[in-house]
Amino acid sequence: MSEMVLVLIGAALVNNVVLSQFYGLCPFLGVSKQVKTAASMGVAVIFVITIASAVASLIYDLVLTPLDLQFLQTIVFILVIAGLVQFVEMFLKKSSPALYQSLGVYLPLITTNCAVLGVALTNVQKEYSFATSVVNGIGTSVGFTIAIVILAGIREKMENNNIIAPLKGMPIVLFTAALMAIAFNGFSGLI
Amino acid sequence: MSVLTSVILTALVVGVVGLIVGFLLVTAGEKFKVEVDEKEVAIRAELPGNNCGGCGYPGCDGLAAAIAKGEAPANACPVGGAKVGAKISEILGVEAAATKKMVAFVRCSGDCDTALDKCNYLGIKDCRAAAVVPGRGAKHCVKGCKGFGSCVSVCQFDAIHVVNGIAVVDRNKCVGCGKCVATCPNGLIVLIPDDAKYVVQCNSQDKGKAVKEACSAGCLGCTACTKQCEFGAITMNGNVAVIDQDKCQKCGKCAEKCPAKIIRER
Repeated sequence: MSEMVLVLIGAALVNNVVLSQFYGLCPFLGVSKQVKTAASMGVAVIFVITIASAVASLIYDLVLTPLDLQFLQTIVFILVIAGLVQFVEMFLKKSSPALYQSLGVYLPLITTNCAVLGVALTNVQKEYSFATSVVNGIGTSVGFTIAIVILAGIREKMENNNIIAPLKGMPIVLFTAALMAIAFNGFSGLI
Repeated sequence: MSVLTSVILTALVVGVVGLIVGFLLVTAGEKFKVEVDEKEVAIRAELPGNNCGGCGYPGCDGLAAAIAKGEAPANACPVGGAKVGAKISEILGVEAAATKKMVAFVRCSGDCDTALDKCNYLGIKDCRAAAVVPGRGAKHCVKGCKGFGSCVSVCQFDAIHVVNGIAVVDRNKCVGCGKCVATCPNGLIVLIPDDAKYVVQCNSQDKGKAVKEACSAGCLGCTACTKQCEFGAITMNGNVAVIDQDKCQKCGKCAEKCPAKIIRER
């Protein structure tokens, strides 16, 4: 049990997927204008990563390893992830068109969010069991959500600030992200 | 395991996983079907599908949705012009508004023969890069066409080319999407009506003497044309003449009087 908690905290805070591993920067910068859309993006990513790591782990353990086809991991994982994202897209389009609109192009881009594939491959690499893989997936995606929501909060406040012209827009956001990464460095002694 | 079995297994695994994912998606697609406005689909079918963004919406899908909702006029697509506008009006059941065909026009005539160089530019061969370095490119005239063809690279219709060191628009191919207008760092390119007859082919804000030293085909800012025009169609924007194409009656007196011969008949 304690091992699971360690994996969870380690994935969410210590090895934060965005701020210390630099995965998934595209949605991190692209969908962090408002806290609300950032949070929904986070939830979508949690859903996709959790299911993707579960399915990927199952496929790896039950299909690829017995057949000695481990080299297929990347391509099969991509296939599964793409399918999942398609599903999430359909679901959102039906259930919440407003959210679908505000997530825009970044929703299908979860497919290419390397964090998703990254988690699936890390699980295999570290030889995590099925349960540990799922926990690692949850931890990683929660870490992504924490990071994107915090950045969105800061960006919302920053809207009212008088930022000098050369730093307006993306540059100041990148500075903010860098400072956040340094702050998250403080978690490194936790485990 | 022999090579053959592993190849077959590989194909089987990927194929079966793909089939399962596809089957699940089809089932989910049926379940989560969203009713799309029929009009929107019909309008989208009429739009050119270049996704150039010339209308200001994110691609043709975005414009189709906006037209269907009534947020954009039926003739909002600059690429399709009057033809597509009429078809979309038919779908919407409204009268077609007349659209004027607009084409891009490069307000510079400083080609390799007329414009003088002040240095040998060895920087990045891109107008946008050359525009930010000190000296702003090779030509004496900093406002002129740099001739590296940033506009050429953004044109999706093969309608603009660099000929003899200066960008030239092919009026037959140009659809007036405005991509090049937004790209030119000097703001040299403007959209004018395709039937415009007389144009000022210079954008230099320098005084007459400085213009002469930099380029033999430049507006000297002498204001002779503004005095000539009976219709008040020509005004001075700083040191360069500008023709208001809505007012221009195509008499050609300005072109006759222009001492630098930069008001030209197209």
